[in-house]
Amino acid sequence: MSTLALQQHATLSHLDWLESESIHILREVAGQCANPALLFSGGKDSLVLLRLAEKAFRPGRFPFPLLNIDTGHNYSEVIDFRDFRACQLNERLIVRSVEESMRRGTVVLKSPGESRNRHQSVTLLEAIEEFGFDCCIGGARRDEEKARAKERIFSFRDEFGQWDPKNQRPELWDLFNARVHKGENIRAFPISNWTELDVWQYIEREDLQLPSIYFAHRREVIRRNGLLQPVTELTPARAGDVVEELTVRFRTVGDITCTAPVESDADTVARIIEETATTTITERGETRLDDQTSEAAMEQRKKEGYF
Amino acid sequence: MSAIEHLPGTDNGLLRFLTCGSVDDGKSTLIGRLLFDTKTILADTLHAITRTSERRGLEAVDLSLLTDGLHAEREQGITIDVAYRYFSTGRRKYIIADAPGHEQYTRNMVTAASTANLAIILIDARKGVLTQTRRHSYLAHLVGIPHIVVAINKMDLVGYDQATFERIRGEYLEFAATLGIGDVRFIPLSALNGDMLVERGENLGWYSGPTLLDMLENAPTAHSERDERFRFPVQYVCRPQKSGDPKLHDYRGFMGRVESGEIVVGDEVLILPSETRTRVKAIELHGRSLPRAIAEQSVTLLLEDEVDVSRGDMIVRAQESALVTRRIEAMLCWLGDAPLDPQRKYLIRQTTRETKAAIASIDYRLYINTLQKMPAERLGMNDIARVAFKLAQPLCVDAYADNRSTGAFIVIDESSNNTVGAGMIL
Repeated sequence: MSTLALQQHATLSHLDWLESESIHILREVAGQCANPALLFSGGKDSLVLLRLAEKAFRPGRFPFPLLNIDTGHNYSEVIDFRDFRACQLNERLIVRSVEESMRRGTVVLKSPGESRNRHQSVTLLEAIEEFGFDCCIGGARRDEEKARAKERIFSFRDEFGQWDPKNQRPELWDLFNARVHKGENIRAFPISNWTELDVWQYIEREDLQLPSIYFAHRREVIRRNGLLQPVTELTPARAGDVVEELTVRFRTVGDITCTAPVESDADTVARIIEETATTTITERGETRLDDQTSEAAMEQRKKEGYF
Repeated sequence: MSAIEHLPGTDNGLLRFLTCGSVDDGKSTLIGRLLFDTKTILADTLHAITRTSERRGLEAVDLSLLTDGLHAEREQGITIDVAYRYFSTGRRKYIIADAPGHEQYTRNMVTAASTANLAIILIDARKGVLTQTRRHSYLAHLVGIPHIVVAINKMDLVGYDQATFERIRGEYLEFAATLGIGDVRFIPLSALNGDMLVERGENLGWYSGPTLLDMLENAPTAHSERDERFRFPVQYVCRPQKSGDPKLHDYRGFMGRVESGEIVVGDEVLILPSETRTRVKAIELHGRSLPRAIAEQSVTLLLEDEVDVSRGDMIVRAQESALVTRRIEAMLCWLGDAPLDPQRKYLIRQTTRETKAAIASIDYRLYINTLQKMPAERLGMNDIARVAFKLAQPLCVDAYADNRSTGAFIVIDESSNNTVGAGMIL
């Protein structure tokens, strides 16, 4: 039984271990794929990805461009931060927008104010085809959602971008298989094994800058279905709505129409970590209007090519 | 455990473990209980399973619903795949690989086991050691999981009887000895009531060992605890000469992860397979110079001499070379829908290296329920066999029993690009 005693060798802390695994995954993408891209939104998970890419490839340049699919419904703080960070890193940023797809007629909205989150898939697939990307690196985590818990780190998508949960490639050890035929591609998720708390702890340790809306600020909101709906040009107050000004922060940032802030006065990373460790609601349950629609919402979107 | 204790004080790393057993053994309840008692489950998730429990007319919240899977699975009433789940105690972070019990068991369990350092094998106290228990134990052993915890569950249904526990323990030890399983621990549990998982409970006073969570908190985490020889497969070569910075003009960084052992600046190294000799000039991570790098650390190595090194090569310490070979013998688990065809060529990926391979021989197929060896011409999905491969290019290998990183490989079918086999070098 002696082997179950505390080990003798030096080992990595949990954040160092996660960081090292993610660097390993990014370098496998670079080693195995001919033309990858990194999906970068300006959100916290993709900002963590960029730091990991620096650790993986500096002093060299990233062996991939950054790709952003802009819904046209993003908070300007996030878009500004996206541009600032890409420029600061001196890396190439490609932006493709859902609005271009709408002009082409490949995205047709049912109603003008509808969430464009789901339509990003179309624009993403168009960008993949335009540039011939064989791999897209994304910041999805398995703790976010049920459908993600079963997804591979190197997740195979057919030429329609579809994820088939019943037909995934076995993934053993750290031997990733990124081989694809022309037209098919891989979605690689280097922070699959991170939780929301890990992400915040890493942001603190690495002293990463974030868009301001992640921190507590005053904002006009309306209470709807237990969530806070921000009052914006896209989501104006309707007759009978009670508009309140509250101190809030965003736990996730995405399309304005489907991302809700939470009441919080956490204005530093340390205070956010404390709140994250003591929160009683999951990240998506509290803040994503699109996942509340049905329990299987994410699974359905992923089958359609969502990242 | 108060919430603030969730914040890491003393960070005791990360442990990956596997749970083996079927729903009938209470596996889902056990995982649900671990998540629940470590306060990992949040209110909205708990609310959702409480509603489902009520709808199904259950008296208590069914924690097994937490591991309920995808829509596609619920539709068919089966579990398709390995699911990964996360919890943290504040001292340590855990990744659970949860492999489904029935369908395609071998394939899923080998996948889940490949990254685990500890396996919890569940036994129903009313049923004792079953064929399934033997199969789980053999696979855990085959995939080289160094620590096995046999959880004798549903003790509440046998009146928390110590004699039952001791009888099952004896039975298991007898058969574990035939497999050569070394480190096994036993624990009586009631996952349903939470006895001996996180809390000791009131009912198992005769058991003086640690709780399940205590075992997990103290188990070694390092993958490479058996092999201390330095192994560094090169993933990527960094040559930023076009960056405009004259200091970087001659920069050649060899990027990879220390799979085992450690390396110190100044160490003499060999580049495999060429066996070129040089020394480590520097170890870097994101602009920082490190005096040494330890197992599982991703770093960049700079070498004294201008030697030819590319992706797929392996850097080892000069006095600790690995075997460079064009023939390997391995235990192979077949994962593909189409059977292994000995006439065909396949692709083998081992560390960061890839080579074409042909089957030299299938020595035997193992009938996993009885461990009988039988002759075989072909292999179907979930078959395990001893196979020899001839390789187009040499690989740099260690025996899997000594090193899980350099002894493991996958087999890829080039026509589909699918991963169709998992091998462990003998």
